[in-house]
Amino acid sequence: MSKVGEKKFEFEDDTGKPVDVDQVRAILKANDGARIKTWLSICSRCGLCAESCFVYVANDRDPRLSPAYKFRHTLGEMYRRKGNVDRAFLEKCYQIAWLQCTMCKRCSMYCPFGIDVATMIAITRSICHSQGITPKQLAFFSDHCDKTGNHMGIPVEELVDTCEWMVEEVEDDYKGVTIPIDQPDTKYMYTVNPREPVYYPQDISYAAIIFAAAKESWTMPTFGWDCTNLPMFAGNRKLAGKQVKNVYNKAEELNAGYILITECGHAYRSMVFEGPYMAGYPDGMPPVKVKHYVQLMYEYLRDGRIQIDPAKKIKEPITYQDPCNVSRNGGLWEHARKIIPYIAEDFRDMAPNREHNHCCGGGGGIMPMGPDYKPYRMASGKLKADQIRQTGAKIVITPCHNCFDQVNDLSEEFELGIKALSFKEIIVESMIVPDHMKLDPEK
Amino acid sequence: MYVCPIRSDSPKNNVLQQGNAYLSMTTTEINWNSIYEFLTGPALWFTFIFFIGGLLIRMALLFHLSRKKDRVIYNHFNMDWGLRSIFHWLVPFASASMRQQPIFSIAAFSFHLSLVAVPLFLSAHILLWEEALGVTLWSIPDGLSDALTLIFIAAALFLIIRRRIRPEVRILTSAWDYTLLVITMLPFITGFLAYHQWGPYEVMLILHIVLSQILLILIPVTKLAHMVLFFFTRAFIGFEMGGRRGARSW
Ligand code: SF4
Ligand code: SF4
Repeated sequence: MSKVGEKKFEFEDDTGKPVDVDQVRAILKANDGARIKTWLSICSRCGLCAESCFVYVANDRDPRLSPAYKFRHTLGEMYRRKGNVDRAFLEKCYQIAWLQCTMCKRCSMYCPFGIDVATMIAITRSICHSQGITPKQLAFFSDHCDKTGNHMGIPVEELVDTCEWMVEEVEDDYKGVTIPIDQPDTKYMYTVNPREPVYYPQDISYAAIIFAAAKESWTMPTFGWDCTNLPMFAGNRKLAGKQVKNVYNKAEELNAGYILITECGHAYRSMVFEGPYMAGYPDGMPPVKVKHYVQLMYEYLRDGRIQIDPAKKIKEPITYQDPCNVSRNGGLWEHARKIIPYIAEDFRDMAPNREHNHCCGGGGGIMPMGPDYKPYRMASGKLKADQIRQTGAKIVITPCHNCFDQVNDLSEEFELGIKALSFKEIIVESMIVPDHMKLDPEK
Repeated sequence: MYVCPIRSDSPKNNVLQQGNAYLSMTTTEINWNSIYEFLTGPALWFTFIFFIGGLLIRMALLFHLSRKKDRVIYNHFNMDWGLRSIFHWLVPFASASMRQQPIFSIAAFSFHLSLVAVPLFLSAHILLWEEALGVTLWSIPDGLSDALTLIFIAAALFLIIRRRIRPEVRILTSAWDYTLLVITMLPFITGFLAYHQWGPYEVMLILHIVLSQILLILIPVTKLAHMVLFFFTRAFIGFEMGGRRGARSW
């Protein structure tokens, strides 16, 4: 495990208190369904899954990093021991569940039985979490979610201020850009990653400009606006359920047509696929329709609601990083590929791509876990760095905050000389400003 | 040419007369006939009932459990995606994973093909099925069975060696995995030897029958149950990834 080593990590609960075996057993029992039972009992130990896992491939094919090894030595072992595990064991599980698997789900497509390792790692995380063995940063962000509904703990006034400020910022360039707050009966309730108001507020203004250009009916809610779900990565299922429910409930309250999700991968997976289960909806379907920003942007371009100035198309070679949770786990890989011809001339796809893409190495919560974990991200991300280099692209487009930061970090670490861009930014920079947004010349 | 059942009264097999002459010399000490009768009679019935019943019970228990605990299966069930997923994993090289590991795939495919085809369609077994069950299956030529048996043994040896030398497989492998592989091979080896009358014929034949029965009995209670459970887990991931998200899990 070259860099994936023996370091001591900081947990949410560092008191070293003994494991509550009954609690572990209860979680094991609750999850002991037909799928888990079958997966654990028929895994043939064939090792076919190893080659599909980017963590394994990037870390010198360390046999301890194959998907089968990882689930057998975490959840598998817990079932074998009937929950009778100690803290040292759970700390080992911590390393596997948080540092060696991003729950990207690629391996389940490469296992003959389709064994879903990601699901088993998620259960491992919730068991670790139940004993206070959670990455400190994720616990910290989760706490914010619990108290404020967003993982950065941004107060409502601050969000509203940021929106107002963003509107002012673009007033000199465009007419009619607004950010409607808490407006009922709109088509889209726009939800963002709290990183946007804090670090990338211009992302919100880009979205507002695009909405204005397309004359869209939309609103920004003052609660339930955080579409991300860090409690899900922390293994805190209950809070993760609450987190998505905040959004569903707000959308229902505002009678929005859709929950619209910013360019974020795990938010989409959480809102559409995992969230309904975590929030206890028996049919597994979100109560409100959900759309990802790439879907919306593709529709705008296709329908001509946004027009791109051909002279402003990107000339440099570009590639596209399929975020696992938008592509394989979201099913939206074609949308991006249909947007790209509108905005760029020289597109070079990575191989493998679409639902077979490799995780960038920043997924599964390791990105928000903080700088301590960067060496792991970089070690596992080497595969993505090689893939990007092979395309010869200078720009990597990716509709996911985690991929975005990871790609920029990889570029620095492996001297790729590339930069990551989001679709929003490119579209705003290259669209033909429609007449209704042009400033009056006399002013 | 098929030489076998150690019994004189089979009207279907005139070749038996030869075997019979040979038999009468050895039956003095051990009553091979009665052992054979027992093994192909009550023991065989027991084996089949245990094998099929065991698999059915295992499936029924899992089905029952899934109704209680695996809503996700029923919420997103989609026959079309399930079947496509199974299909792409039954046909050689129809999945990305198989294409990525061609040698393993060829070995695994020949292994499973022979494992199903030889026992079911070997002409000697066809006679057995006829007598016991009254059904006549299509049979494959003896030469082909022979070839498939050798391919099977070679493939199994490859899988054993692969388990030894590929670090990512070796680390997962337990003694039980080797044991099961050997247990799977033994009926083929003994059957092959008996057919060619290499070594003591009766002993080989009896061993062949006993070892085959042990294998069949183990299937429902070990990871070998994947012979039926494969279809369920493969279908599940097929519609979980495909029906829900449009992603092909192959
Ligand atoms: S490919 Fe599937 S069956 Fe084979 S070792 Fe991996 S998880 Fe187990
Ligand atoms: S889910 Fe992704 S990271 Fe985890 S074991 Fe599978 S392929 Fe590797």
